[in-house]
Amino acid sequence: MSVLKINEENFENEVLKSEEMVLIDFYADWCGPCKMMSPIIDEIAEEMEGKVKVGKVNVDDNQQLAIKYNVMSIPTIIIYKNGMPVKSFVGLRDKNEILDSLK
Amino acid sequence: MYDVIIIGAGPAGVSASLYTKRANLNTLIIYHDKSGLEKAELIENYYGFENGITGKELYNEGIKQAKRLGTEVLDEEVINIKMEEKGFTVITNKNEYQTKTVIFATGNKKNTPKIKGIKEFEGKGISYCAVCDGFFYRNKNIAVIGSGNYAISETNELINLAKEITILTDGKTAPEIRADNVKIVPKKIREVRGETRVEEVEFEDNTKLPVDGIFVANGIAGSSEFAKKLGILTNKENIVVNENMETNIPGIYACGDCTGGILQVSKAVYEGAKAGLEVIKYVRNKN
Ligand SMILES: Cc1cc2nc3c(=O)[nH]c(=O)nc-3n(C[C@H](O)[C@H](O)[C@H](O)COP(=O)(O)OP(=O)(O)OC[C@H]3O[C@@H](n4cnc5c(N)ncnc54)[C@H](O)[C@@H]3O)c2cc1C
Repeated sequence: MSVLKINEENFENEVLKSEEMVLIDFYADWCGPCKMMSPIIDEIAEEMEGKVKVGKVNVDDNQQLAIKYNVMSIPTIIIYKNGMPVKSFVGLRDKNEILDSLK
Repeated sequence: MYDVIIIGAGPAGVSASLYTKRANLNTLIIYHDKSGLEKAELIENYYGFENGITGKELYNEGIKQAKRLGTEVLDEEVINIKMEEKGFTVITNKNEYQTKTVIFATGNKKNTPKIKGIKEFEGKGISYCAVCDGFFYRNKNIAVIGSGNYAISETNELINLAKEITILTDGKTAPEIRADNVKIVPKKIREVRGETRVEEVEFEDNTKLPVDGIFVANGIAGSSEFAKKLGILTNKENIVVNENMETNIPGIYACGDCTGGILQVSKAVYEGAKAGLEVIKYVRNKN
């Protein structure tokens, strides 16, 4: 499964009502560290296929989601379990650090 | 366009330049302010000096050695680095330079101010990157902590976005800046406070300033500040490099104290040499 494009319309269904764990990358196109984060997120999606759902939220187009989840720095990664945010990472992170928190 | 710009003129930066310059790469060293070395009274554990050598002397000799080989060495403060389609733009307090590669040799500085609340609210109102996060503070009241050229540069990135910007110098001399929506508060900061996100700054004199967010731009930016803007992986403020001194961004290298490990001249010299040799390969492959 590839990385999902998550927006204000599908957030509830894809993230809050998801049975699997969900990892969301909040990003914007103008942000340098977000560009470096993006391929790492793609690799995580591939490696965790079938175990964790992975999506990206463009904060420029989905400001309400950013406000709701208190995202004020990008990239921010939030991991959701049963619709609740359980862990977040602010700033560029190493792949293994994120993978460890998904175990 | 330069083949390589080396930021820092300590043992790591100068060593890198000795290799790149002798391989005929168009090399520029930019340095400003103190090296860790200048604080070292006597270096007695580095090869070749019968009676040791003062850190200051070793530092100055290194800069002279680089210049003698024909390397351009400029005393300017780097305040920003931008990634371009082909290479990078290095922005200083005086000028802008284009380069194919960058070597960080900025030494071991820890700029994050030790103010209560700063660590806790990272990503919750504390930001280290105006270009990345300015967007979240449109028409809001924000503060910039800092007092030098770097703080001014970050303030300028925010000036057209924010409603009002307060530069907090935390007791240091106030910088020169004139804009309708910028004021300067030189008071000492006691604490940054809020419930789930930054709400106010409390000063030593018990007064308070309500803010929606704070951008940290203290001192002279080092590699970890530039890393946060460019997207270079760090580990506890140290730049993460592989055995070839490469960072996760192709064309950006780091060496010396800024990569962590043993903070010694010998290690900085080795890593500088290695970074220089790798840059030579990289530039030749690109041509
Ligand atoms: C008190 C003390 C004693 C020491 N004693 C010893 C010893 O006995 N033996 C030993 O081997 N080591 C010793 N060291 C450690 C040694 O000084 C360092 O390991 C060494 O200097 C690291 O070299 P470097 O090139 O990585 O960084 P540095 O020598 O710190 O150089 C950093 C360079 O970056 C430049 N720079 C940084 N930011 C910017 C910017 N934004 N714009 C432009 N330029 C910038 C600075 O101007 C400087 O030129 C000592 C250190 C201290 C503080």
